[in-house]
Amino acid sequence: MDPTAASATPSIDTEALGLDEGALLLVRRALAQVPVGGNLLARGRAPNWELHLTAWCRQQGHAIQTSALSDGVCEAIVTRGPWAEGRWRDALTAGQSQLPAPSAKPEWGLAARGATVEAGSPAFNFTLSNRDELWATTADEIYAQGVAAQWDPQTAIDWDTPFEIDPEIEAAVVQVMTFLVENENAALIVPARHLGQLHPHYREVQQVLALQCADEARHVEVFTRRLGMRGRQPMLSTAGGQASLRTLLQAPDFSSATFLLSVLGEGTFVNLLSFLHEYGPDPVTRQICRLAARDEARHVAFGMAHLKYRLSVEPDYLARLQNAIEQRHEALAPTSGLNEEVFDALILIAAGSLTPAAIARGYAAVQRLKLDMAAGRKSRLLHLGFPADQAQRLADLHTRNFM
Amino acid sequence: MNQPDLIMGAVAYAPKVVTIWEGFKTWFQKRGLQFDYVLYSNYEAQVEAQFNGSIHLAWNSPLAWVRADRIARSLGQSVQAVAMRDTDRDLRSVIVTRADSPVQSIADLQDRTLGVGAIDSPQATLIPLHHLRSAEVVDGRDFQVRRFDALGGKHGDHIGGERDAALALLRGEIDAACMIDGNLLAFGLDGTLPAGSTRVISQTRPYDHCNFTTSPDAPAYAISQFVDLLLSMRWDDPKVRPLLELEGLKQWLPGRTSGYAALERAVDEDNFYGPDGSIRNAEYRY
Repeated sequence: MDPTAASATPSIDTEALGLDEGALLLVRRALAQVPVGGNLLARGRAPNWELHLTAWCRQQGHAIQTSALSDGVCEAIVTRGPWAEGRWRDALTAGQSQLPAPSAKPEWGLAARGATVEAGSPAFNFTLSNRDELWATTADEIYAQGVAAQWDPQTAIDWDTPFEIDPEIEAAVVQVMTFLVENENAALIVPARHLGQLHPHYREVQQVLALQCADEARHVEVFTRRLGMRGRQPMLSTAGGQASLRTLLQAPDFSSATFLLSVLGEGTFVNLLSFLHEYGPDPVTRQICRLAARDEARHVAFGMAHLKYRLSVEPDYLARLQNAIEQRHEALAPTSGLNEEVFDALILIAAGSLTPAAIARGYAAVQRLKLDMAAGRKSRLLHLGFPADQAQRLADLHTRNFM
Repeated sequence: MNQPDLIMGAVAYAPKVVTIWEGFKTWFQKRGLQFDYVLYSNYEAQVEAQFNGSIHLAWNSPLAWVRADRIARSLGQSVQAVAMRDTDRDLRSVIVTRADSPVQSIADLQDRTLGVGAIDSPQATLIPLHHLRSAEVVDGRDFQVRRFDALGGKHGDHIGGERDAALALLRGEIDAACMIDGNLLAFGLDGTLPAGSTRVISQTRPYDHCNFTTSPDAPAYAISQFVDLLLSMRWDDPKVRPLLELEGLKQWLPGRTSGYAALERAVDEDNFYGPDGSIRNAEYRY
């Protein structure tokens, strides 16, 4: 059924295949080889072939002359109309497939990077459409790592492993899980908001953020499941904790939000989850915290990669990051910080019992945790280019609520 | 906008009609024609408005054209078909049956049931029934008609009736169904009529569909400006292409009235309109 070039007029024989069974594809492709105004000799013997081809040509603006041959075979001379080309006049090219453009045009819309976009396509007002404001050179690698590291809560966690636990310790675990869920909710909503504003031209970043949302959704699930494992209800959520998380939703731009959430907040959470992995009183708590910490570390890596990119093209942005920390600190100054119940629960989890000796060990472990958290924040700030004294000061201004 | 130079009537057979004419209105106005439009819920009211000074021009169905022409002639006036779509020319209607049906020709319709479209559909009712009568196969005498009425007064612009008839055919409720050739293809492509499920037993001669019909006292200069602008619309203009796609054409062509003879005869046979354009069909609701 290939068009033949043997005669002066290209031809296509669709044989017994109906135009409503796929033969239109063959006719379209054969016609595409003919110049505008040129003729295609089409032949077919499917039922209604002539009726269908005539109706289709009328709709498409191709002239047609038909004639019936013997044995139910019909023939038609189709003269190609100019309309198919007209659709692509003044079409836009949505950047280059392998290279994100410095800025993405609203008219590129949802098209794949590098696609040809029909003129007159609707403009989409994605507010995050400048590469410098959102890019990370390793976004594609971080996405690939994230995809490879996805885990299924149902099979990755030994939910049915039996364990004994003191009711006081169980209550401490439930309080910490309650705290973790509200923090993960914030960590889900912040990238989800950016995702809806991000021009899809920057697909690697879009993919990272989408995966980040999926990660956080999974974390909310496993912390919620652990919380209710022994029939308990969620415990306390403080105004100060929620006020702290709300400031993440109010960050003025993508870079500042990523800085506060991923570099500082989730970075701090990696320490917290590692602590719970180490001291968790039961195998489920230890497993879910280990897996969640691994995900959070990837989010930190993306945050760092993005900010390093942004600072490489806009070194003065460092001052904006400093302002972001200071403003958040001032906004949270009147709040109470980490709730005492969470603080005590962490001590109790690390202590393992309520004896003074055990509590002393637990208290010391939580003090070490706080020092580790601050050291981690300082290290990342140094890595971004803050001078040492400033890095120390800013690391200490981070919210007492950890995230 | 100041007083419009030209007011056109259109029938709101679907919500997209507003999109189409708002778009064209802006396009005409940017090119110096103060154009406005009025929507009617049915073609009968629109044609009548052509004779009471309400509109200068109407985007008419072929049946509305027949009526407007009859009213004008009876009043000693005249109306013109000044433009139409490329897709309004040389349409055909078909009569289809199920592939496994014993009905092989229109003669086999004897004592059987034929599904038609809306009572006022030129393509799915009036012209196919006229086509059969021309071959001495007469509705009511030789076969029963089952009507698939949708939106009376819209003159079959809504394809719901044709689709309902096609589905009833597949369910075995009727022995054959009438539809326009473009819908035969569309129903095949969208799966309404799976490939190989039906067989065409007859097709009409080519006929024409809609046109822009001038009202008797239409301002000649504005009409000529309208037609010139219409014919200058280009498919490769991204501002106008979406509107042309909604309206179902690639280019506007000058009007012609050579393709309405079959419908004229069908209207007389059915006594749908009188010679003066009066509505004679007592079952017609709109």
